[in-house]
Amino acid sequence: MLRTILIILAVCVTAPHTSAAQDLQSLLQSHQRLVAKPSAKTVGVVLDDLASSGLSGTADFLEKWRNKDLWVRKEDGRFFYTAMAEAQLTLLDIDTGQVVGTTSKKHLKQIRPNGGVRKAIASALVQFQLNDPDITRRKAAVDAIARAMTADQLAPLEAAIDNEADADLKAQKMRLAVMLRASFAPTTEARLAAITALSDDISVDTRAVLNQILTTKRHAAVSIPSDLNVATQLMVGKDISSLDAYAMLVDANLAQPRVKASDIVSVLSANIENGRVAGTPVRLLDTIEAREKAYDSLAAAGAAPTRITDAAAQRLIETHVFFDSYSESDIRVTAAAKLALDGIETRVAISHAADLTLDALSLASIYFLAAIGLAVTFGVMGVINMAHGEFIMMGAYTGYVVQLFVPNYTLSIIVALPLAFAVTFAAGVALERLVIRWLYHRPLETLLATFGISIALQQLAKNIFGTQARPLTSPAWLDGAWVINDVIAISYIRIAIFVLAIIFLSLIVWILRKTRLGLEMRAVTQNPGMAASMGINPDRINMLTFGLGSGIAGIAGVAIGLYAKVTSEMGADYIVQSFMTVVVGGVGNVWGTLAGATMIGFLQKGIEWFNPSNTLAAQTYMILFIILFIQFRPKGIVALRGRAAGD
Amino acid sequence: MMKPGFLSQNQSVLWFLATLGMFTLGVTALAEATGTGALSTSFVKTLGKTLCLCLIAIAMDVVWGYCGILSLGHFAFFGIGGYAIGMWLMYARTESIVSESLSAAVIPPTDQEIVEAIGTQIFGVVGSSDFPVIWAFADSLGLQLLMVILVPGLMALVFGWLAFRSRVTGVYLSILTQAMTLALSLYLFQNDSGLRGNNGLSGLQNIPGFDATPQSMISIAFFWASALALGLGYLLFAFVTSGKMGSVVRGIRDDEARVRFLGYHVESYKLFIFTLTAIIAGIAGALYYPQAGIINPAEIAPIASIYLAVWVAIGGRGRLYGAVIGAAFVSLLSSWFTGGGAPDISLGVYTIHWTDWWLVLLGLSFVAVTLFAPKGIGGLFDLLIRKEGSR
Repeated sequence: MLRTILIILAVCVTAPHTSAAQDLQSLLQSHQRLVAKPSAKTVGVVLDDLASSGLSGTADFLEKWRNKDLWVRKEDGRFFYTAMAEAQLTLLDIDTGQVVGTTSKKHLKQIRPNGGVRKAIASALVQFQLNDPDITRRKAAVDAIARAMTADQLAPLEAAIDNEADADLKAQKMRLAVMLRASFAPTTEARLAAITALSDDISVDTRAVLNQILTTKRHAAVSIPSDLNVATQLMVGKDISSLDAYAMLVDANLAQPRVKASDIVSVLSANIENGRVAGTPVRLLDTIEAREKAYDSLAAAGAAPTRITDAAAQRLIETHVFFDSYSESDIRVTAAAKLALDGIETRVAISHAADLTLDALSLASIYFLAAIGLAVTFGVMGVINMAHGEFIMMGAYTGYVVQLFVPNYTLSIIVALPLAFAVTFAAGVALERLVIRWLYHRPLETLLATFGISIALQQLAKNIFGTQARPLTSPAWLDGAWVINDVIAISYIRIAIFVLAIIFLSLIVWILRKTRLGLEMRAVTQNPGMAASMGINPDRINMLTFGLGSGIAGIAGVAIGLYAKVTSEMGADYIVQSFMTVVVGGVGNVWGTLAGATMIGFLQKGIEWFNPSNTLAAQTYMILFIILFIQFRPKGIVALRGRAAGD
Repeated sequence: MMKPGFLSQNQSVLWFLATLGMFTLGVTALAEATGTGALSTSFVKTLGKTLCLCLIAIAMDVVWGYCGILSLGHFAFFGIGGYAIGMWLMYARTESIVSESLSAAVIPPTDQEIVEAIGTQIFGVVGSSDFPVIWAFADSLGLQLLMVILVPGLMALVFGWLAFRSRVTGVYLSILTQAMTLALSLYLFQNDSGLRGNNGLSGLQNIPGFDATPQSMISIAFFWASALALGLGYLLFAFVTSGKMGSVVRGIRDDEARVRFLGYHVESYKLFIFTLTAIIAGIAGALYYPQAGIINPAEIAPIASIYLAVWVAIGGRGRLYGAVIGAAFVSLLSSWFTGGGAPDISLGVYTIHWTDWWLVLLGLSFVAVTLFAPKGIGGLFDLLIRKEGSR
């Protein structure tokens, strides 16, 4: 930032003046009195002259002038910028910025323009900034206008469009000008045209402009006045509660404030005499009715303001109207803005739906990646592997360790993917050889034994890597997001995961359909005994299948680790969802897993859409839905038929 | 209801009850309030809690070891029981505190003001002050005790009916039950679930109306109650699993289809066992959490129910005392190891801290038990009996 300012200063100082006949000081000296004692009426002359002079230091000067940083030397009336140096002031030449001397404060006078002048200077300044030769300054000026739009910015902005050299900035200026015209153009026709032009734009700031035009204020009145641009009449009990309605009446001085329960209590406690309030013993005042009765008798005696009864309040509410009115008085403008906004909202909703679909697809691909390995082992071998989540974690930690050694993120990911596969493949084969093959006829016990492995692995990871989350950094080209418009955006990592999921889907389908291993796998799935008698070694197939499933889990781990943090518990977060995916999809079928992942992904995003603040509720309802779904399709979406289905 | 020969046919039941009685008397004699004080109050509470865990373990054993339904969701029922009793404990205690503080006011409070103050006190942490519908009976101990039985029972009934009716079995059923408990815990984690989100219910060790009674005495009372519940539960399950009913249930475990072909209505048996064990789990939870003092949704995360299965498997399935041994042994050992009670082992280059390595050991020993000793610790008794028989 400082550097930019310095460069700008340097440019200001060294640039040869286009109209070298004059410098800033002499121009200002020709209006000496008007600059030194500016008033809102006369400052226009100076500003016009400055604008037409084309001097490069003008913007800088206007800024200093507005910010009370301009000083005048009493003896000769020359203007200087200053810098503090102990008790003295250092004088800087306003044209060159060079030090011309130091002097004490009493020889100088600070120029303090009043509010009206500062406003005039500011709007002139906008014009200068918008035409500044430096593009960063122009951009800053445009951004400043976009942040706080006012009517007087419109003319300078429109004037600055034609000379804009940068095409992007020109478009931005034109867009901003349309927004300003929608709010501030002098004629209704111009505003209507601008609003119509805005209706094609779904960006947040456009919506803000239209909403600004449609700002409403709430009123309570005896009848609807004809001079207000009424937006809606409010129904008490439907649009506003009668409590709020009464509060509005009080605010509008149309009704007396009601006595609150706490006021009753304080009045009663202030009027206790000999343990009684208005003749009622204090200990009996433990119901609202008794309290109100005692209060009413106090009020009748003049000791407290009279209580307004519910019926009276209701009558008051019924005899008044409540309505919202636009701050904008022109009904044609509000109508057009409302129409435009409605159109935009519809398009925003469509975009939201598209965005949600993308989100759901990406979630589905994550579930698919997490579950496909499980589907292979569960489907082919009928073995449930509770340690599957820990294989995912193992893959993610493999990626993390690789990044410790390979600093290039792109290269490290390329190395990590096959390495994660290799590590988890080996772990899977070891698990199958050591544990699972002894338990093929006891599926429930496989579940428990692999659970034992799972807690051991989880704790082991905790012991090795600690409990804090480890980063798995994605390469720079995966940072950022693909932004289609203000609503639809999807991060590149999610796209990459989607692509990875598709690659694995094709790969597995290819292995199962086109390779010898796949053929043997399918044979073992359908009938292990028959497969064995055809010369297939089921032991070997089981081992390879388990290794393959685990290896895919490892790769899924790298992918998941890229967008979520790597912790020892990350596997546990996915294991139940993975089981759901497999079970919902139908066991023993890749397409089933795909269908299951898609359904669960879309379901979860869909439920989140109904209740966006609460992802926990979304998960709860999704699981309940799945439990119900299993009731009606116990074999999943894609159920195996015939002999292959087994019992 | 019991046939006269029931106990004489099941000598292990007598043995168990005798052991439990001796144990209870022994602990009472050593406790602070009633005996020598050799056992601290917190340890008595730990023992009492362990008895409750034993109770849910035998329920798990009946549903899994006898009926073959590997439920990975029984801790949900345990938690519901705890929440049901916790609601009353928290309400009643807050009520007494609130009434006391409000009675100092000049004007006596209305009933509604008291309820509002209780609501603010209880739900302030989740930014609310209104009582949710599920707290409708929280002011009545009797009704909440009924809830301890009814809510887990009804939930199990509905869930079981849906699941068994569509013949969901085996690992599918296990995953479904796991999903059930996950859904419940996720639901309870929300702040607007009406049960204080992840704060859970706390201060449950303070029993309303017994403010003057020291915790050492309360702990003994709950210890006795837990022992009694375990004894009665053991008797009940021993009865259910013996005789013809027990044979059918075990038949379902071994071959469901054959039992169905023999004309038994398998679904009804399974539903009965599932619901009954859920109710017992609820009761166990209702006794456990006043001793633990706090309940929150993390207690019913799926992992808890899996540990339950681990206990039963290590203790030995299909024998009730096995479940008791497994639950007591593993949970006490677990707290000994994770509590830093076990001495560290120095290997020169690396020191094994058991707080870090206990879960690894547990996981691996669990695998070893599954592989090499499918009968668990209870299997050792078989060896003993066989030796005596052959002698």
